[in-house]
Amino acid sequence: MLAIRNLKVNVDGKPILQGIDLEVKAGEVHAIMGPNGSGKSTLAQVLAGREQYQIVSGEVRYDGQDLLAMKPEDRARAGIFLAFQYPVEIPGVSNIYLLKAALNTVRKARGEPELDAMDFLLLVKDKMKLMEMSEEFLYRAVNEGFSGGEKKRNEILQMAVLEPRLAILDETDSGLDIDALKVVANGVNSLRGPERAVILVTHYQRLLDYITPDFVHVLAGGRIVKSGDRRLALELEERGYGWIEAQVGVNVGVAP
Amino acid sequence: MTAMPDTWLQDFRNIEPALPGADIPWLQAQRATALEVFRDKGFPTLRHEDWKYTDTRPIVQRRFRQAAAISLPDTAALRPYMLADHQLVFVDGRFAPSLTASARLPSGIEVMSLAEAIGRFPDRVEPWLGRSAGPERNGFGALNAAFLRDGVFIRLARGTELEAPVHLLFLTSGAPDSVVYVRNLIVAEAGSRASVIESYAALADAIGLTNSVTEIVLEPGAQLEHYRLGREAAAAYHVGSTDVHLARDSRYTSHSIALGGRIVRHELYASLDAEGAECTLNGLYVTHGRQHVDNHTRIDHHKPHGTSREWYKGVLDGQSRAVFSGRVVVHPQAQHTDAEQANHNLLLSENAEADSRPQLEIYADDVKCAHGATVGNLDPDALFYLRSRGLDDAHARSLLVYAFAGDVLKRIRLAPLRAHLEQQLTERLALQRLQAEPV
Repeated sequence: MLAIRNLKVNVDGKPILQGIDLEVKAGEVHAIMGPNGSGKSTLAQVLAGREQYQIVSGEVRYDGQDLLAMKPEDRARAGIFLAFQYPVEIPGVSNIYLLKAALNTVRKARGEPELDAMDFLLLVKDKMKLMEMSEEFLYRAVNEGFSGGEKKRNEILQMAVLEPRLAILDETDSGLDIDALKVVANGVNSLRGPERAVILVTHYQRLLDYITPDFVHVLAGGRIVKSGDRRLALELEERGYGWIEAQVGVNVGVAP
Repeated sequence: MTAMPDTWLQDFRNIEPALPGADIPWLQAQRATALEVFRDKGFPTLRHEDWKYTDTRPIVQRRFRQAAAISLPDTAALRPYMLADHQLVFVDGRFAPSLTASARLPSGIEVMSLAEAIGRFPDRVEPWLGRSAGPERNGFGALNAAFLRDGVFIRLARGTELEAPVHLLFLTSGAPDSVVYVRNLIVAEAGSRASVIESYAALADAIGLTNSVTEIVLEPGAQLEHYRLGREAAAAYHVGSTDVHLARDSRYTSHSIALGGRIVRHELYASLDAEGAECTLNGLYVTHGRQHVDNHTRIDHHKPHGTSREWYKGVLDGQSRAVFSGRVVVHPQAQHTDAEQANHNLLLSENAEADSRPQLEIYADDVKCAHGATVGNLDPDALFYLRSRGLDDAHARSLLVYAFAGDVLKRIRLAPLRAHLEQQLTERLALQRLQAEPV
């Protein structure tokens, strides 16, 4: 589904990603872990189409298409969804407006008819139950005045409504208490299926107790320095990131 | 002194016999005084502190003439401008009774052309006309007083209420280089209530000047909702003012919307003359091309327990320029004043420019005052966020512009007017029309 080859990306002229290779197949869940500053969020944002970052070299194929040539909205319509690490507050735009507009553009791209107001409401209320969110959030401005946890739930609500084929979660777990974490994990698990894939970007392995990954990768110094199965996450939890530095001989940046 | 004022004085002598009230000494005296002031002051220039950002030369160096009477458009041509059932229409500054649609008014409420009011009962007009907007402020105001011809007179007797809004529609026909004077007078007696829409629009594009003054007097407990909507021709100039006096516990709400015109200046003066008066000034300007829009406001708190709210927002595209200057003066007696002012500008183009000058002058010690001003661009993070959800760039941009202007529009309580403005905003900025928000 997704093939990243030798991807190098600069941010403000500074090399952040220094040759990423990653293959994600339909049905798989990949966790990308690593210390702060290793480039995890940059990778997530580049996949969603953030234009401020400079692609130096490499390529990304999504279902055979040249992903890096696509606009952010076209990526979303093709089934890519990024749950933001810092969801943006948009005063004056209601949550329900954004959800409906987003769903209908995505449905249109999938060749499905737009939902009318009634069917849309039924769908969204159902997903809100899953996310344990009260309906009043529908009528509030997007993320405005939401707590950190509410923002993260709202991201997963959008994901649940849009049903992306490739979901990228950028530190969705950070700042969540254990109950919220379970709700978020539940939302992600409900989306898992043979046609879909998930990339979890996370600093801690805690989320992986609830969403079992098929693969775990360690991103350090802008490269994937180690890959394994979920046991790698547990090992990182136990030993920190320092031993990897010693093992692979790179500076992994800021210690956790 | 340049020769320029002389041509205006000459014009005055030519038109004088046609002006209303030739046999009314107090009105004649007002005109004479105004002419004196104009001769003395001339037009404001960039050297005047209050006109620092608005160059009047394109206006004052041009030779404008009084518009000749034209054959009136038919009512179908007016349809795009209709905003209320009760509508008084003026074309090139002349009252057009045939285009006017009246609703039955409760007794005690008078709505008619100012010239008619001057003719029928000058003694009801005299106590108020020219009282809040004297000619001394600047040359434009002085000319308006000297050339005073027509406009609308509204008097709400004590305790009366006008349920539906009255629309004062001032159209220009497109006759080139015409000058149009408009003078409105609204007197709301104690406890009365009304909504008035004052709007300016053009049947055809042409360079022309509208010089308008609206005087408003609110007696104790009166409430007025005043919508002022500028949809002038693209090449038109408009210099206008609104002067409001608020008595005890009266309430004035202004919605000042500027969409049209090449150079537009609107001065708004609210004077809270007695305790417990309350004014809300809500403003929106949406400019593009080479438009220049200048909102110049001043709120005077003279007595205790007054409240003022001033919220102006601007959306600027192209090479347009907007000026906001908002002065709030809290005089020594005005203890317990609660004043809040904000001006926010959204620049959609690199070549647009907004100048914001909030000014608070506080001479009382027990007051609550706040102000803020910003000039910014669309938030790139918000744009990316919306696009990452599948909304295309144009949709995301228009959504953010709507969101920015939305709270000004939401405060407009007249639904047809609000819908009209949303449509205007869309067209002005060539934005994608948004589907209505699901409820």
